[in-house]
Amino acid sequence: MQPTSHDFKSNARTALADRQLQEALSGIPGGLVAQRRAARDRLPEFDDLRDYGRDLRNHALQHLDIYLERYEQAVTEAGGHVHWASTGGDACAAILRICQGAGAQLVTKGKSMVSEEIGLNANLEKAGLEVVETDLGEYILQIRHETPSHIIAPAIHLTQGQVEADFRREHSQLPKDRRLIDPAELVDEARQILREKFLNADVGITGANFLIAETGSSIIVTNEGNGDLTQSLAKVHIVITSVDKVVPTFNDAAALLRLLARSATGQEITSYTTFSTGPRRAGDPDGPEQYHVILLDNGRSELLGTEFREVLRCIRCGACMNHCPVYNAVGGHAYGWVYPGPIGAVLNPGMIGIKEAGNLPNASTFCGRCESVCPMHIPLPKLMRHWREREFLEGETPFVTRLALKSWATLARQPWAYHALSRLMSRAMKFASGRHGAFTWMPFASGWTGGRNFPAPQGKTFQELWAAREKQAARTGRTQ
Amino acid sequence: MSDPATKRPRVGLFATCLVDMFRPSVGMAAARLIEYADCEVVVPHAQTCCGQPAYNSGDRADAKALALQTIAAFEGCDYVVAPSGSCAGMLKAHYPRLMDEGSDDHARASAFAARVHELVSFLVDVRGLSDVPGAFSGTVTYHDSCSGLRELTIKSQPRTLLKSIPGLELKEMDDCEICCGFGGAFSVKFPDISNAMVEKKTANIAAADADIILAGDLGCLMNMAGKLSRQESKIACRHVAEILAGELDDPPIASSDDKR
Repeated sequence: MQPTSHDFKSNARTALADRQLQEALSGIPGGLVAQRRAARDRLPEFDDLRDYGRDLRNHALQHLDIYLERYEQAVTEAGGHVHWASTGGDACAAILRICQGAGAQLVTKGKSMVSEEIGLNANLEKAGLEVVETDLGEYILQIRHETPSHIIAPAIHLTQGQVEADFRREHSQLPKDRRLIDPAELVDEARQILREKFLNADVGITGANFLIAETGSSIIVTNEGNGDLTQSLAKVHIVITSVDKVVPTFNDAAALLRLLARSATGQEITSYTTFSTGPRRAGDPDGPEQYHVILLDNGRSELLGTEFREVLRCIRCGACMNHCPVYNAVGGHAYGWVYPGPIGAVLNPGMIGIKEAGNLPNASTFCGRCESVCPMHIPLPKLMRHWREREFLEGETPFVTRLALKSWATLARQPWAYHALSRLMSRAMKFASGRHGAFTWMPFASGWTGGRNFPAPQGKTFQELWAAREKQAARTGRTQ
Repeated sequence: MSDPATKRPRVGLFATCLVDMFRPSVGMAAARLIEYADCEVVVPHAQTCCGQPAYNSGDRADAKALALQTIAAFEGCDYVVAPSGSCAGMLKAHYPRLMDEGSDDHARASAFAARVHELVSFLVDVRGLSDVPGAFSGTVTYHDSCSGLRELTIKSQPRTLLKSIPGLELKEMDDCEICCGFGGAFSVKFPDISNAMVEKKTANIAAADADIILAGDLGCLMNMAGKLSRQESKIACRHVAEILAGELDDPPIASSDDKR
């Protein structure tokens, strides 16, 4: 996927003017946010569980090498194959090799953000394979030729009306006068179309929410059951996931699943939680003949040794974006690459570079709502600030910003000069504003005054008023 | 340290750069409240800005220099109090993070941080204040500024003091804990997004149907007042200290001199 993060500002402007998008986004506070709050309130130990989850993930990441090797060994013992991929290109090549080795023509796919990260579909299609997304949201996006705008609700930017129109256009073989009003009717129709694909697929590709080192299992959570059909009907199952997903034991994964579902959709548990361990064994009624796991790094191990390490705790619940006022204003596509919202603002610069993604960690008010809901206690604002520091140190901060910052800092370090200038500015701005109390236009802040007025100062500084009060007190002989 | 004659604690008022230049009446109100809580107020001249513009722009070196300057300016104070959750949060939560762990500067910053409080939290949590000098009859609504709320857990304190004013009715608005879109340089760098955020905020303010919108941070207040002023709203915008101290002589933020 070609990133457009450098165009974040214009992407955001377009998003703000898109009425359908704004309508779709307006459902988030009453939907995912309210559902998470209710789920949290129903579980008294929710916050203790968060602490536990954080510590567990810290432990797993601290010993990542050990757990990854143990995981690989367990997968191999179960009859599966682990393929290590340091880049997206490596991962795509490995998947293509497996598909071609199996003589595959049709590939079904469950939802996977890592597959978006490596541009898998385009890669397989270029090699002549047919790839069908089986998650409803992803299927809708595939027929619209769009990318996900959210990590768990990929089509959250669309209204139901838009989806109905897409289905009528795309499924022209179905009767024109059919009812497509309830969400259930849309789901039924997609199910009907996808059923045939499931049955004919040669390879099924899924992601993984967690990998378990002790058993070599991978876990997916879905609400549609599409993942189960994807991975059990085809003769080859490929898991595309990343190195940070491994946890030591089955019990650890269970604890994290409790946090994941509640934080993501407000469910106690997702409708389907599916574990897969190796290919079909002798005597198994079904399952794939081959089982492959692609473990992608793509910059993650490099983050492990830096101040950004904590971001690797992420379990991809999406709570940070659901609660982010910036995400709620512009939606996910404005971020211009795979991971939107606060988690994207921290992850993307590590994957596509600070030069491309520099806008993202800057596009935050540091309101801290993301950190306050993160089930893994990832200090997202702090990590965004660290990217700003990298940007500043590497000279990527725009020259004008740098100059303004340096001039201001030099002044602020000279209190006498600073106070003199503040007095002058306060007076001058008060004079310029007349009796209006606010400016409708300001030089250097025309962006601000484009949508709101800029309040005028009162005309004297606090230092002045205080000095006058002290003088008065000295004259009258009071100590106060 | 504290005045030996009266044993009153000596409080250094960190006015904040925005209060100093744009709304000194908030500083005077803060001083009045601190004195009402039986403390002596000093205002060191060597204070300027807490350093957030540098810190949040990735310029750690300048942020650290300003932090050390601020720490030095408030030597000899029992407490350091700021009428802003954002600036108090910077002094309290972030100054130690700017220094290398184990260094003398880190020790100084940590000792300093322990003495820092946001104004309303200081009045309630440290001084145990349960009434205030201000008098006001009417309805108000309150916006919880992000840093105060999430870094310093300021939520009940302003409400406790506001409810102690006879005749004042607090009408809570929807989403009072959601960011107004100010975010310092964010409002200038991303004005369109910032404007969309403050538009949601002023819609909630209007729906609360109160006479005044209050908050504890001048940055947020200037943003909300600027939007309300553009919308020609009749709702006044003031710092919570102004109401608590009864410093209501100056017109509300972004209001004309004719509206007092």
